[in-house]
Amino acid sequence: MTDRRRHHDMGGLEDGPVKVSEHNSEPWEKRVDAVRSLLSDEKRNLLSVDELRRAIEDLGADAYDRYNYYERWMAAMANILLQKNVISVDELGRKMAEVEARQGNKPI
Amino acid sequence: MTARYKVGDAVRVRQAYPPGHCRTPYYCRGKSGVVVRHCGEFRNPEDLAYGTYDGPEVPMYRVQFKQTDMWADYSGAAQDKVEIEIFEHWLVPTSS
Amino acid sequence: MSDHHHDHSHDGYDVDPLHHHPPQPDLEDTPLTHHQVMQMAVAELLIEKEIISADELRRQIDFMDTITPARGARLVARAWVDEGFKSRLIANSKAAGAELDMDIGPIPILVMENTPKTHNLIVCTLCSCYPRFLLGIPPDWYKSRSYRRRAISEPRKVLAEFGTDLSDNVGIKVHDSTADMRYMVLPMRPEGTDGMSEGELANLVTRDCMVGVSVPGTTSAS
Repeated sequence: MTDRRRHHDMGGLEDGPVKVSEHNSEPWEKRVDAVRSLLSDEKRNLLSVDELRRAIEDLGADAYDRYNYYERWMAAMANILLQKNVISVDELGRKMAEVEARQGNKPI
Repeated sequence: MTARYKVGDAVRVRQAYPPGHCRTPYYCRGKSGVVVRHCGEFRNPEDLAYGTYDGPEVPMYRVQFKQTDMWADYSGAAQDKVEIEIFEHWLVPTSS
Repeated sequence: MSDHHHDHSHDGYDVDPLHHHPPQPDLEDTPLTHHQVMQMAVAELLIEKEIISADELRRQIDFMDTITPARGARLVARAWVDEGFKSRLIANSKAAGAELDMDIGPIPILVMENTPKTHNLIVCTLCSCYPRFLLGIPPDWYKSRSYRRRAISEPRKVLAEFGTDLSDNVGIKVHDSTADMRYMVLPMRPEGTDGMSEGELANLVTRDCMVGVSVPGTTSAS
């Protein structure tokens, strides 16, 4: 049975009270959202919302629970761009290292 | 593709469990309801999700269910309802 | 939802979405998360490849910032004072929005009218579909596991958690946004608001009323 119900498909399961929480969108969250919108528009047509949902679901249950909302979007979006050869793994790795160096991120 | 169902038709959601992406919630599978709106024809999310943007458009409906039919131990009122958008290939007619 | 509590004021996304300024020394202790780094890297690559432009990204963010629940509230208030508009809003929200020079976007939004007999509630159990062109970005609770799980199967308990107690004489209709429609609730106009202007009425209409977890009061929430 557990394999029949996919992880994201959670309507009707038991849970605790709704925590009525919210926060103002952080700049990086807005950028994830904005890039997603642009990639899906008629000019680009590189990413359907259905593909994004599928890629989020395919992150697997562990990541789905561990990542927050826009982290899921970001990880899924990057996977789709890699699959479609819009960007390459090597490019993304190098660019991420460059961003980290520029931002003064400490090495992990 | 012409719509197979019209408003007022009794339908049941197929009890199917494909392993990939679909937009038919688990909780409504196998449940019986009534078509309350034909929303039009839309591309199938099961195609779009895997990068096929030019697949056929399929009819999509809003189907209404009684909450007391949906949940065995529903605690709310008898007249409570739930409405779900469901694509035609997920529906079968209910002989009434 | 978010575990990033530090202040991102250095982002200045409205001026410089790509952060080409040097890092500020006082932020060295708050490194970007893995996904934030990924975000910046992907955006820069897409710009370098001329798939998107920095200007398009900036304009898209500016546009998103203009979409607030005030848009939905304006439609609701007009519907409260104009029966004809209300009928048109329910029949075709896109056309009704255009009457007020409001573009409600490419996805059809169905307006669900609350009545003395029926209260409507919106959820997306499969992800987080939301009438964004009328209400903006969904709040964290709308995207939360508990709301997605329980709004569909025990809506009265969930409403009570938002301080909304409905009589059993009122039926609840829950709308699961599973496919190509989005939903907005048209709440009932509260008693005792006869003398109010359309603008004053709009101030009574909160985002939560238009999702259906709340009902409007007679005093402005803002």
